[in-house]
Parts: sequence; structure tokens; C-alpha cells
Amino acid sequence: MTTTTKPAAPATAAAPARRPGAGVLALRQGRLEITQFLRSRESVVFTMGFPIIMILIFAAIFSDEIAPGVSYTQYFITGMIATGLMTVSFQNLGIWIPIERDRGVLKRYRGTPMPKWVWFAGKVIMVVAVGVAETALLLAVSVALFDLELPGTAGRWLTFGWVSVLGVTACTLCGIAISSLARTARSGSAVVTPVALVLQFISGVFFVFTNLPTWMQQVAALFPLKWMCQGLRSVFLPDGFGAQEPGGSFELGRVALVLGLWCVIGLVLCLTTFRWTTKRDG
Amino acid sequence: MDDELAISVRGLRKAYGDNVAVAGVDLDVRRGEVFALLGPNGAGKTTTVEILEGYRRRDSGEVRVLGSDPASPDPHWRSRVGIVLQGTGEFDELTVGEVVRHFSGFYPDADDPAKVVERVGLGAKAKARTHTLSGGQKRRLDVALGIIGRPELLFLDEPTTGFDPEARREFWELIRDLAAAGTTIVLTTHYLDEAEALADRVGVIAAGRVIEVAPPKLLGNRQESLATVSWRTPEGVLESAQSATPTALVAELAARHGGEVPGLTVTRPTLEDVYLTMIGHR
Repeated sequence: MTTTTKPAAPATAAAPARRPGAGVLALRQGRLEITQFLRSRESVVFTMGFPIIMILIFAAIFSDEIAPGVSYTQYFITGMIATGLMTVSFQNLGIWIPIERDRGVLKRYRGTPMPKWVWFAGKVIMVVAVGVAETALLLAVSVALFDLELPGTAGRWLTFGWVSVLGVTACTLCGIAISSLARTARSGSAVVTPVALVLQFISGVFFVFTNLPTWMQQVAALFPLKWMCQGLRSVFLPDGFGAQEPGGSFELGRVALVLGLWCVIGLVLCLTTFRWTTKRDG
Repeated sequence: MDDELAISVRGLRKAYGDNVAVAGVDLDVRRGEVFALLGPNGAGKTTTVEILEGYRRRDSGEVRVLGSDPASPDPHWRSRVGIVLQGTGEFDELTVGEVVRHFSGFYPDADDPAKVVERVGLGAKAKARTHTLSGGQKRRLDVALGIIGRPELLFLDEPTTGFDPEARREFWELIRDLAAAGTTIVLTTHYLDEAEALADRVGVIAAGRVIEVAPPKLLGNRQESLATVSWRTPEGVLESAQSATPTALVAELAARHGGEVPGLTVTRPTLEDVYLTMIGHR
């Protein structure tokens, strides 16, 4: 369109490439997000290393069985897989998005012709990639050191798949939604970390869920993490253990229902509250 | 008509609560023009520009930017508008080259990223992480991201803040190049020499209103204002007189001194003098 008169910058030299399609844009955005994640050493160490360190510590402290053929470590590992999925989605986004918003990165994206959803797609691709890598690492360590048995049937793998996907989706949407609560870059982690920590304590990650006070169990049942843990226990623990759950079974139907509901709540909150700029930016 | 005007604003108003930031701005920017918006802090410059950029909603008034209402920016419109914001969005973990290449993907007719990096003077820093750049270099990266899409209209909000004098001269060359290629440029600045060096027309904004629009040489009736003639008497006392006919006065002085007049200067008000008088009157 424009031609330059200066020989230093001939606009005709570069054949104008057409803009990539929307799918390609989303993949590029995902690749950029993954690159940024991998290059920030703190987030890699925190996200990937934290669950493994926790398993090593808890396995060294508690060695008893909580039911015939079920060690505390195995119970705890399923909780840590769920926690790991929540960390890469909910905490990761809830902490990083306020930082990017505060720095004006989001505002800058809004000034380009990039379709809005591409930015969200980039975040989701990053969460999924990191989540898969982190879960694989966790499983490898657990199988090698703590005799965790990988799911033996296609049905169990399928359950593993949908519980993870629904759980990560719900946590991703909630992470994006909660990011709007933080007023400054630094307050993201102050908002998100206590929520995540409390949920971990009351949802049966650190303690056997049925040992918790009933009121605490009821509060936990309102949130996704408890149901993610329960769904994953149905994948990794013997079928008979279902009788030990509060509902007398693994209640997979209810797991799907609650996680699905949180996906809807998270999406509505994202669509209604998401901000591309900080408050002082108007 | 619209074809002649890149920007047309009538009766633009914007208030934040009780604080009226823009109190009825009228403004026309012709296509291919370099237009500078001058004004003290808090005069409404950034609010006005950000409404034109599609970042802020206005309370009332007619606004057309490249023939469209910027309140509902679509990707096609976005691809024709380049924006260099005042606050920079930083991408700590990425290199200069990566960021520019990534943003080039958003535009249908993007310029060659390597060439743009070179053009803003960051060729030697292409492989450097953005957090290692100095303030002035970060600003150049902002400019690179503003022009990567070969915009028809480029907004620059205080673009040379933090530049050393040499970098500013280089930046001015770049702007003149872009203007010569037909890009319409709207810039806000605190530097009056910058406005004088670059702008075809200057708009002075104070207390939310445009108080005058004129070529820099004509602003505030600069050319018709009285010249100040100063000289030293034989006793060494500095004398000065204001005159509408300074040439006659100098001739008379020359005759009186019988040749060379000691310490002779003839000055007219600088743009800065005129500008300070204008905003001082408000």
C-alpha cells in the first residue's frame, strides 16, 4: 500500500506475506506463551518441582496404609496430580495475568488486529502443554519410587482423560477470572495463593478426605479440587476403595457435573469481568 | 470529506467521575500530515489520543478515525492503525527479534521484522532479551511494534521520552521517512523542539480543550509578534527594545554606533515562549 521514498527502507523489497489463519495465530501464540514460561526459571521450578518435592516429603513422613492395599503415599499422589493440574492452570494464570496486565502487555495486544480469543487460546495451549508435561513427570517419579500403578484398563485412562480435561478447563477459566481481582502486578499471588492453599487442605490433598470434619468436607464439595481428587482416585486406587469415599462410591457422575458447572461459572465470570487494562487505565 | 481527513473529532467529551478530562475537543487531522498535540500534564492529551486509538470510550461527541468510529474497532481497522503507547508493555523473557516477528504475524501486510528492527536502530540488539534494553532502546522496540504492520495512521504518545539527543535526531529521521511515505502521524510530546522539527501543524490542548491549531511557525501569532532587539551601550549597560520594525531599529543603532553594534541580538518569541504564554492564560 505505502511506498517509501527513502532507499534505506524500500517497502517493495519484502513480498507482503498474508496474515496467517486464525488457527495458526493461536498456535503461534501458544508457542510464545510456552517459550515465555520455560524461560522464567521460577515458574518452571515452582510448577514442575513443587508437587514432586511434596510427594518426596510426605512419602518420607507417612508410610502407613489407609486401607488394605492402599498406602497413604498412593492416596497422596492422586491428590498431588490434581493439585499439579490446578497449579499450572489456576495459580499460574491467576498470578501471571495481573503481571502482564500491569506491564501493559495485554493493552498492547488489544492495539493489534489479533482476534481476542487468540490470546486466550495461547494461554490454554500453554496450560495444557505444561500440565501434560508436569503430570507425566509426576507419574514417572511415582511409578519409579512409590509403586504407583498406572491405570490398567482403557476405561480408567478415559476417566483420567476427562477428569483432567474438565478439571483443567474449570481451573483455567477460574484462573483467568480471578486475575481481574488483583489490582496490581504483585497482588495476583496474594489473591490466588491463599485460595489454592486452603482448597488443598480441605479437599483431601494433604489429609485423607474422610478424616476431615464434616463441615469442612461440605465446604470443599462446593469447589472443583475435591472432585478432581476424587475422580483421580477412581483412576489410580482399587475399585474397592470407592466404598471409603463420603458418598460410598467414586460418584463419577457428580464429578463430571460439578466440574462442568465450574466450567460454566468460570466462563461467565471471564466474559463479564475480564479486563485488558488496569483500573487506572480506565 | 472523510477521504481528506484521517481523523475528525467534534465536541469530544470524557469525564472520570467529577473530573472532566476532555471538555469538548474539536480536531481535524489530514491524511499524510504530521500532527503534534502539545499540552501540560493532565490537559487531556492521553485521554484524547486513547479515545482515538479505540482504548477508551467517550462520553459524547463525534469521532471518525480512518472513516470508522474507534469505539468499536474491528481487526481490519486495527491493522491500519499503529500505536506507540506511553507505558510500555514488556516481554521480559523474549528477544527483540522474537517479539517483533510475533507481532508481524497479526497484520495482513506486515513489514519484514528484521528490517524494522534495523530501522529503529536495534539491529545489534535483535538477539537480546527485552529486559536487558535501556529505557531508550525499549522505546525503540515500542516504535518497531507500532510500525510493523505498515500503518496508514501512526499514534505516538510521548515517543522520545528517555532518549539521548542523538537518539532523538535518529528518531526524527525515522518519523520523517514514514511521513514521506505517506503515513499520517499523530504525536503527543513535551518537547517543543520536537513538535517544531516534525509537525506540519500543532494543536495546543489545555484543560481539556484545544485552544489553538496552527503550523508551528504561526502558532500564537508568533511571526507578527514584536521582535526584541538588545545591545550594549558604550558604558557596557545592556539595553533592549521591542519593535515591529527591527531592521529599521538596527540600522539606526548602526548609524548611532558608527558601525558595529556591541552585543547585538534580534530575537522573536520561541515556540516555547508562545506555548507557555498560551497555557499560562488558561
